[in-house]
Amino acid sequence: MAIKKYMSDKFQSESPLAFPGEVHPSPTGGVLVTRIDDVINWARSNSLWPLVFGTSCCAIEMMSAASAKYDWSRFGFEVARATPRQADVIIIAGTIVNKMAPVLRRLYDQMADPKYVIAMGACATSGGPFFYNTYSVIKGADHVIPVDVYVAGCPPRPEALIHALMTLQQKIKKGLTREQIREEGKQDYQKVV
Amino acid sequence: MIKEELKIKLTELFPSATIEDGEWLNMNLAVGDFLSAMEVLRNKPELNFDYLFCETCVDWKTHLTMVYHMDSTQYRHQLVVKVKLDRVKPEIETVSHIWRTAEFHEREVYELFGVNFLNHPDLRLLILPDGWEGKNPLRKDFEDPVNMIKL
Repeated sequence: MAIKKYMSDKFQSESPLAFPGEVHPSPTGGVLVTRIDDVINWARSNSLWPLVFGTSCCAIEMMSAASAKYDWSRFGFEVARATPRQADVIIIAGTIVNKMAPVLRRLYDQMADPKYVIAMGACATSGGPFFYNTYSVIKGADHVIPVDVYVAGCPPRPEALIHALMTLQQKIKKGLTREQIREEGKQDYQKVV
Repeated sequence: MIKEELKIKLTELFPSATIEDGEWLNMNLAVGDFLSAMEVLRNKPELNFDYLFCETCVDWKTHLTMVYHMDSTQYRHQLVVKVKLDRVKPEIETVSHIWRTAEFHEREVYELFGVNFLNHPDLRLLILPDGWEGKNPLRKDFEDPVNMIKL
């Protein structure tokens, strides 16, 4: 029961709906106490526009995640943008080959900051299950651009992609740098050990 | 034409070829007879193979095999033509003047297997970027120490 309570509190505090701040009621209404950085990160995390970018079968699962049955608009990934200038997050849905790498790099460079990257599926994280022995495939998109969240699977189900997007939201809301996140991970590990 | 009729017809027309049954009829030709036979297959009114829907190559380590899949949109019969090539110096006549689609199929086979198509109008790399001339990545003995793991 305690675990259940803990998980539910954790979900509440990390859910997209949880607003970072406290409301102190007063006779005329209320006073909101918060940090402006937290509010900005909260707003950013709930309005992530993905770039239309799919290079293999993972793109089919990504389209499924966007369509009515899974409907990622519920979490704020409202509109997939066909131009990098208007996109916040790039979901690398598929194999990146040597010829595609410069294109991916350019798309990433054209995106406005802050920008985030999700490596979806085996090809984007490691080169993929079929392509370990070929001349044409990049062994992981993180050789080309930095990746925030990796999703396992070949291809991952839409649920897995939505979980990755929610993980990204939590990451944004924490507002930490990559080094700080790494340090936090080490501390968590030491606590367990 | 049904497969049995086609088989009889082809045996009459090309006595030097060997014909095997399969999902499709397979006809093995020698490099020497190849071009004239292909012209007959395309132009003979009762055969009328007007659609070359696949042209590719197979590396058997000892030799290469060119494979041509063709179809007649009028009679709805299909045929596979196979030609054995020497692996060291693979050369074959182009069929791009018979079926225009062969032009880029042959460019693909040229870049991936290194087959030299004689009299091809524009034999250069199709998809691979510059600098891949002569490397032939779909050959079985192709090695790439950077990208490939040697098993």
